[in-house]
Amino acid sequence: MSEKNLTRFFATAAPRALEDYLRTGGYEAARKALSSMTPAAVMEEVKGANLRGRGGAGFPAGVKWGFVPKSGEGPRYLCVNADEGEPGTFKDRYLLAHDPHLLLEGIILAGYAVGIRRAFVYIRGEYEELARRLEEAVSEAASRGLLGENILGSGYSLSVCVHRGAGAYICGEETALLESLEGFRGQPRLKPPFPAAVGLFGKPTVINNVETLTNLPGIVLHGAEWFLGLGKLGDGGTRLYGVSGSVVRPGVYELRVGARLRDIIFTHAGGMLPGRILKAVIPGGMSSTILGPDEIDVAMDCESLAAAGSMMGSAGIIVIDDSVPMLTVLDRITKFYAHESCGQCTPCRVGTSWIRKVVQRMMSGERRPDDLDTLVRLAGMMKGRTFCPFGDAAAGPVLGLIEKFRSELEG
Amino acid sequence: MTAPFTEDLRGRIADIVARYPERRAALLPVLHLVQKERGFIGPEDEIAVARVCGLRPVEVREALTFYTMFRRRPAGRHVLQVCTNLSCTLRGGERILDHIRMTLGIEPGRTTPDGRITLVEVECLGACDHGPCLMIDDVLHGELTGDKVEALLREISRP
Repeated sequence: MSEKNLTRFFATAAPRALEDYLRTGGYEAARKALSSMTPAAVMEEVKGANLRGRGGAGFPAGVKWGFVPKSGEGPRYLCVNADEGEPGTFKDRYLLAHDPHLLLEGIILAGYAVGIRRAFVYIRGEYEELARRLEEAVSEAASRGLLGENILGSGYSLSVCVHRGAGAYICGEETALLESLEGFRGQPRLKPPFPAAVGLFGKPTVINNVETLTNLPGIVLHGAEWFLGLGKLGDGGTRLYGVSGSVVRPGVYELRVGARLRDIIFTHAGGMLPGRILKAVIPGGMSSTILGPDEIDVAMDCESLAAAGSMMGSAGIIVIDDSVPMLTVLDRITKFYAHESCGQCTPCRVGTSWIRKVVQRMMSGERRPDDLDTLVRLAGMMKGRTFCPFGDAAAGPVLGLIEKFRSELEG
Repeated sequence: MTAPFTEDLRGRIADIVARYPERRAALLPVLHLVQKERGFIGPEDEIAVARVCGLRPVEVREALTFYTMFRRRPAGRHVLQVCTNLSCTLRGGERILDHIRMTLGIEPGRTTPDGRITLVEVECLGACDHGPCLMIDDVLHGELTGDKVEALLREISRP
């Protein structure tokens, strides 16, 4: 059975032009919502669909929207998180490259549901070409009355501004994204207040990931029940699983929420490279805890992965083979976090660089008997002691690697 | 000293500023534009950008030094960004970087003496399925092999 929903048109030449998008039912969901549904009805439908955020945290999108105050003076904003920076993640690049109008339609639906008139797409700086294409799609849509003033004659208006980041992983964290969009260094804010109450320029703000938004047209058109049927109870729809590393066919595979990790790797991604044996898998982007070869029968959904001691994250699956020393993996991971820590909170700024120094020394062959214990202690000092989840994200992989591959790392 | 902004550039900057509810929000896109036009962001550019965004020059400096894509010094004619993050490393990204380092005779962060190529080692370009990968200016190249890298280097080394 085909499980494709978001990517069913990906075989056609990229990106899908507005004409093709319209011919295959594009903007029908926007038409339906704007002409026959109240904003509250759209929000209810999305809540009922249990659409969990696709960016990493997995928070239900409809519930997040519900935190925006119902009444109140002044503007409110939608920020689209297209700052895809989690190593191992490239699904939003696919969506942006193939189907910019699917995202724009999702933006209209979210905006309408929450009463927003201005949206900003914060796209990572390296996606320069994609940002350009998205801007073209925005003008194309505006020229046909699908964006801008009085969309489809409904009286609802929405403008979309594409905004490029400039190379900082931390800006994928939602409050860092807001700071960056406002022209500051991308340093996370202390929460609460949450962005739904005090966000961009101090106004109520919804922040949703690209893939999350691209699910909205389907939900509005076919209903919450349909969406739940694609996934599993409490976690609706499909996911775009990105597979990279030591597999035959790296790529994006759209499958239902709850697909088995083993099947994704061995059936869809073609299994291991010739002559290689699976040694470990990082299931949800670099920040998720590594799984050993006996743990890959797990279902890929938020709850099952949490129960397995890891997380769904961005569903970026990194497959590691038996030729790779775990010290190399530890080296790559700690280098990344030391480089990307924004420097605001001391436990993270100092912790990531100390961890880095210890690992670099281990890599040079100069080992001390208590190295691993030192790393565990340093990682433990970051966990839960920072403004944003970066501290936990940097600590988790180190702790997981040491817990599961201690004997090799001791060697 | 860098020359003042041309009228054309000033016009394009004004267009960007007009898209935001507050001027300072235009800072990143304006810096991108200035860097694209001039190759880097010089001290005088920082002052000029501060003026259009309603900021103090030190606030521009503060932001610009936070983001890795902005340069305060001229780069080579081409900027080569090589990913060595985990997914690329699993496919030989480190070897690709070594190959480039040897061929160009420079370390990451440096520019070849003829001013043609600046080499940068980067963290994740969001193209892990095409690893090992690199970007030359704004174009992504994936599934790299030694031969492919040689061909790319020849192409951008041509006078």
